[in-house]
Amino acid sequence: MPNLMSGARMLVECLVREGVDCIFGYPGGVTLPVYDVLYDHPIRHVLIRHEENAAFAASGYARSTGRVGVCCATSGPGATNLVTGLVDALMDSVPVVAITGQVSTKAIGSDAFQEADTFGITRSCTKHNYLVKNLKDLPAVVHEAFYIASTGRPGPVLIDLPKDVLQGQAHYNPVSAIHLPGYKLVTEGHTGQIRRAAQMIWESERPLVYAGGGIVSSGAHEELRELVELVDAPAVLTLMGLGCLPGDHPNFISMPGMHGSYAANMSMTHADLLIALGVRFDDRVTGRLSAFAPHARVIHVDIDPVEIGKNRAADLPIVGDAKRVLPKLLRLLRDTASERERKAEARRAWWRQIRAWQQEHPLQPVFSDHEIKPQHLMVEIDRLTRGEAIITADVGQHQMWAAQFIRFKRPRQWLCSGGLGAMGFGVPAAIGAQFAWPDKLVIAVVGDGGFQMSVPELATIAANRLPVKIIICNNGYLGMVRQWQNLFYNNRLCAVAMEGFPDVEKLGAAYGIPGRIVERPEHLTGALEEALREPGPYLLDVRVSPEENVYPMVPAGAALNEMVLGPPRPVPVPK
Amino acid sequence: MLQVISLLVENKPGALMRITGVLSARGYNIESLTVARTLDPTLSRMTIVVDVDPTLRRQVIKQMNRLINVLQASDLTEERAVAREMVLLRVRAPLESRTAILKEAEIFSARVVDSSVEGFVLEASGDPEKLDEFIDVMRAYGEIEVTRSGIVAVSLESRRLRLSPPVPTGRAEREESAPRLSDVAS
Repeated sequence: MPNLMSGARMLVECLVREGVDCIFGYPGGVTLPVYDVLYDHPIRHVLIRHEENAAFAASGYARSTGRVGVCCATSGPGATNLVTGLVDALMDSVPVVAITGQVSTKAIGSDAFQEADTFGITRSCTKHNYLVKNLKDLPAVVHEAFYIASTGRPGPVLIDLPKDVLQGQAHYNPVSAIHLPGYKLVTEGHTGQIRRAAQMIWESERPLVYAGGGIVSSGAHEELRELVELVDAPAVLTLMGLGCLPGDHPNFISMPGMHGSYAANMSMTHADLLIALGVRFDDRVTGRLSAFAPHARVIHVDIDPVEIGKNRAADLPIVGDAKRVLPKLLRLLRDTASERERKAEARRAWWRQIRAWQQEHPLQPVFSDHEIKPQHLMVEIDRLTRGEAIITADVGQHQMWAAQFIRFKRPRQWLCSGGLGAMGFGVPAAIGAQFAWPDKLVIAVVGDGGFQMSVPELATIAANRLPVKIIICNNGYLGMVRQWQNLFYNNRLCAVAMEGFPDVEKLGAAYGIPGRIVERPEHLTGALEEALREPGPYLLDVRVSPEENVYPMVPAGAALNEMVLGPPRPVPVPK
Repeated sequence: MLQVISLLVENKPGALMRITGVLSARGYNIESLTVARTLDPTLSRMTIVVDVDPTLRRQVIKQMNRLINVLQASDLTEERAVAREMVLLRVRAPLESRTAILKEAEIFSARVVDSSVEGFVLEASGDPEKLDEFIDVMRAYGEIEVTRSGIVAVSLESRRLRLSPPVPTGRAEREESAPRLSDVAS
């Protein structure tokens, strides 16, 4: 029979049918059958240097394209190393399929070499997971995994494959349909609710669009822009939604929340209507929930019914895909556009108020003559990339400054670990994005702490000659933790000084990657230009002022309008 | 407050773990859980009694409904529903109290399923509170050993089961015919 094949080959055939062109992985004993198939197969396998980074790279690939990212690891330690990357993808709703090897079905549960209960461990780390014990189930499982990962609210799906299933031989019959009777996809949005939303929008005097990652996932950024312009509403975009409106769009205020701008947070506090689109009222956005947007009625559009009413009750819930709901809303709004005049005077006053807040306390970069301010670094990256680059980040101060000062033209250009806040995300995510977009400029903006979690991946970059630019915002501290110790623990700095940071010129040289340290503000622009001009990878260590804090800041437990706008002013000592 | 949740789930390995995971992730303790196959052997019906913060009840049910193995999760706590439980009770019965025990069992419609010189094993079923009383009464006769089944419940209102139809395999085919279910106002 011509279609008699091994489980491993069947797996790869199914991956091809799903349009997979690239797998980020690390081989091991039980996945050997898969690698034997990949030996002469056109699917590209990228040998990453740590499985956690395989998951992050798959996430970078998925976040930058919207397509499913695939990672692969062996049983036991390979699978457990994936866990952080899976949770990151779950928190940020990223479509990732993870394939893990498992010990043979007969050995499962016997504490065999490199055995771990991957199915059990990853149950709460994934949108769904599978342990395939019969080869005949394999094709359906692979297609289901891709379907689940990429539809509805996207997320990671793991397939655990025992070695005897990968090695077993069976006739391959391509699966033509997926049947998941319990997978409830609600995409359209309730027509009556959408009609009420249009009414609420015209009735409001101080509307505010609050949009996030759901707009990126659904690809509804054009519709979002149209909505904002049609209603002439101010808009804030969450960390996950940056780029859904061009960074220089006049209606875009900034990111709201803990490190959002004064104007964004004041708008949230004073709005009488929140048009919440693909957002989850995360605690980093809302501050103290009981004081969040106290005057606002809430229209909440989300594809995941669990998000509706989870943190903030919705006055008007709409369960659906923004890409399906917004066009209907826009049609209704266009048909009733004459309504716009009803509240025109109040709307003009609202805009005047917002402009006044923006002028009162703008997101102001800080510059200095004798040291490089981290904000200065971000402003320069913004100026030199003109909103065109794909920028990844880790988590912490540098991430917040990048989000405040780097503007993006489109969604899927700003990739960071938002929900989980995983350090060591930036570099592997940049690797994934660069594989997806070989010709685009991909920059990993990372902290000196997170960078040191990613050092092994310099080998992946070198081996593949990936032109990823790594820019280290190096303040010598775990900056955000230091900031909290500084502000809330009496500056008792403990375990935050990152002493022993390597010399990046020598480190880069060890991998054949050019590296440079820049310390003087007047050299910053030249150094960045040199890095971006370099056709290959580049490692730039930017020594920024060590004790800069991110402002504005809403302290944990405070309301959005209780922002701390800047460091306490020095009081002159009387003579 | 105790909450009664009824679930219709796919009879697959791991399904139980996913459902209890929704509860254990929030640190809720399960009071009772019953599960058995339905007429369709690929499905199971599950009844869970759990102490959930009332403000989070809807949230927990929604999280269960989000699970791919769950066809339907519904909250029977405040619905018209019938709840029943069974108990198997071993009671030591010396000669002088045997008649009294049997009399008492009769009042609660309990049946004797085993009798020996040491005592009886009684089987009773019905309303869970009634069973509490039965157990209390039997305690008066000395040492008892109790095994309860946990509650099984059924809603008195039939509810429409909405199942997702099959979809074609492969990315390109799917994008053509993605399922477009319309939403009921949530």
